[in-house]
Amino acid sequence: MKKDFARGMSHGVPIMLGYLSVSFGFGIAAVGKGLSALCASLISLTNVTSAGQAAGIDIIAAGGTLLEMVLVQITINMRYSLMALSLSQKLDKRFTTPHRLAASYGITDEIFAVCAAQNTPLTPAYMYGVIFVAVLGWVGGTAMGAVAGEILPEAVSNAMGLVLYGMFIAIVMPPCKKEKGVLAVSLIAVVISLLFKYVFTVVSGGFAMIICAIVASLAGAWLFPVKDTREGKE
Amino acid sequence: MSIVIYVAVMAVVTYLIRMVPFTFFRKKITSQFWLSFLHYIPYAVLSAMTFPAIFYSTGDGNTVTAVAGTIVALAMAYFELPLIAVALGASAAAFITGLII
Repeated sequence: MKKDFARGMSHGVPIMLGYLSVSFGFGIAAVGKGLSALCASLISLTNVTSAGQAAGIDIIAAGGTLLEMVLVQITINMRYSLMALSLSQKLDKRFTTPHRLAASYGITDEIFAVCAAQNTPLTPAYMYGVIFVAVLGWVGGTAMGAVAGEILPEAVSNAMGLVLYGMFIAIVMPPCKKEKGVLAVSLIAVVISLLFKYVFTVVSGGFAMIICAIVASLAGAWLFPVKDTREGKE
Repeated sequence: MSIVIYVAVMAVVTYLIRMVPFTFFRKKITSQFWLSFLHYIPYAVLSAMTFPAIFYSTGDGNTVTAVAGTIVALAMAYFELPLIAVALGASAAAFITGLII
């Protein structure tokens, strides 16, 4: 039990280091949109997801509706359902319902990737170890970024605004090179996004993104059906 | 509206998305169409979130630095450098461009 937790923690360290820099950027962005450092950290602690949080603070800053918030979070984070589904197939029998309720909190792209790569059934202790260390990095980075955003020179904090987007590009680009479908879906999504931004400006940002995601993905599923059903390898 | 309500809604929705399938779902999705749809969702979301928002990410009137950062990010990502390297490289490019212009 203890050994599993320690092994999980050691597997969480690289995730923590990655999270530190990305959540640092989120902290800066959140403060830039008028949220407090405490609020930004609370969002990171309760959500643990980069794209969902970035969209969330956009909606908060724009004074969007709660319905918009719900739909945007569902759309952006829908992939976690698939990852959760996939992980649920390889759980140790020690994973009772209370453990499932607790550990599901920490299913992120990176934690999923580490857990999915394990050859042995997943134990609660192992997942808690990974999640604990990773969340420490995610919340710590957010808090540091939020505080730094208030004291860093403007030129630096402006440049740091690119961190999250840089990471998004780094996630999307490699599969674009390998899969025609991903490339097509990404380009369709960008074109629709540009249309909403500059032509159909009445549609609010959150709904625009939902429409982009659903239309582009439907087109992708129709034109480029995926043969291999393995999920989550972003 | 209080920010706390927004944060609570975000947290609960995000948790339920993870919790429900992890705890209750025992079957596998078999429809190739819906598997493909779900496979593409993250890329569609990330692409739509990034463009054109990235061009405004470095503050008002700094579009040039944002464009420089975007080009560097695209190039570094093309050569499949690690996520952190691409993220920080994009920022560094924007910062350096800001010093020059």
